[in-house]
Amino acid sequence: MRVTLWGTRGSLATPGNETVRYGGNTSCVEVRGSDGTLLILDAGTGIRRLGANLGPDAGRVDLLLSHLHMDHIQGLGFFRPLDQPGHEVHIWGPPSTTLDLRTRLGRYLSPPLFPVRLSELPCSLTLHDVPLEAFEIGSFKIAAALVCHPGPTVGYRITENGASIAYIPDHEPALGVRQFPEASEWTSGFDLATGVDLLIHDAQYSAVEYPRHVGWGHSAVRHAIAFATAAKVKRLVTFHHDPGHDDVALDRLIDEARNSAELPFELIPGTEGACFELGSR
Amino acid sequence: MSQRAVEIILMRQLASYLAMPILLFDPEGNLLFYNEPAETILGRRFDETGEIPLKEWYAMIDPLAEDGSPLPLKARPLVIALQTRKAATRSFLLRMPDGSRRKVDSTAFPLEGQGGRNLGAVAILMGVRSA
Repeated sequence: MRVTLWGTRGSLATPGNETVRYGGNTSCVEVRGSDGTLLILDAGTGIRRLGANLGPDAGRVDLLLSHLHMDHIQGLGFFRPLDQPGHEVHIWGPPSTTLDLRTRLGRYLSPPLFPVRLSELPCSLTLHDVPLEAFEIGSFKIAAALVCHPGPTVGYRITENGASIAYIPDHEPALGVRQFPEASEWTSGFDLATGVDLLIHDAQYSAVEYPRHVGWGHSAVRHAIAFATAAKVKRLVTFHHDPGHDDVALDRLIDEARNSAELPFELIPGTEGACFELGSR
Repeated sequence: MSQRAVEIILMRQLASYLAMPILLFDPEGNLLFYNEPAETILGRRFDETGEIPLKEWYAMIDPLAEDGSPLPLKARPLVIALQTRKAATRSFLLRMPDGSRRKVDSTAFPLEGQGGRNLGAVAILMGVRSA
């Protein structure tokens, strides 16, 4: 499979000269299967460019939302396939105990926040609650699980032909844990991430910043590293960068992490446009 | 061992910060976690015992009704919460680690997770006092 990062920023799009290398677009990741199956993880502002690059014959698109915070859905209204008749688009989102996915997405995709209603989109649109057990889309086997973040939020584990990726963009597994990480069975997200080839994980804060943001649902870089170490991943991609961190600050965080200890995996700064080939194609 | 549901993980973390005895059970009645205040009542440390299977848990505790008669399973708040998915409260007598009996008020409530999943139950022990 091929994994491409179209948006790596957290919380708020942050364009500008000072963020040009890591990128300013919010969460969006393309996962392309060996048979052409297309999964898109989250619909942050990065999805606009992805949609513009798909072309008219994109085929079925499956958009898997981790949750419905604004930075993960803001690009949805600008995703070209939604605006094209005949396109088959499936949107998967975490179930809620109160409102269905259509109602929750409709809060954004309706006036006055957006001029077009969800029901007015010309594409062939199907909405799904993400099953909390394994399911398949095309050549992919997918597992979703609720993770520690305010509101219903899932992470994904996607496998194909022995290659695996875990996507947990908003995640605070260290919340309330006195000595992180706990044993694996008591660590949020562990089953999703264990042993994957590529883990894309929340690394929003520095160690100094985290104590002021406990309970906000995000990780410090050191938590992401401890989580990845415990889960024995092969590569960790830092993700959901804080809007207040420019390229220089993010370079420094990565350098500090690399110099703090010998890491048992490859630490990769999550930069917009980065592409990863996993397994054989 | 596979990872617990995130709701269970968060419940444990909350319990570990609270000052009242709290016990966390899975749907089968296995004791998944108990916090430090509960350790005082059970006479065991969670770090040493880890999860306690249902049978062992039943053997550990010996609750009596307030009149001193054995407390039937179906009258125990935890069993009611697990079997009927309803909250229940009851006072009963509990044998302490030193062999003495104490009166305790117990409230148990079921845990229903996202998607209506049955995740088990929580028991809270309050007002431990001389019988």
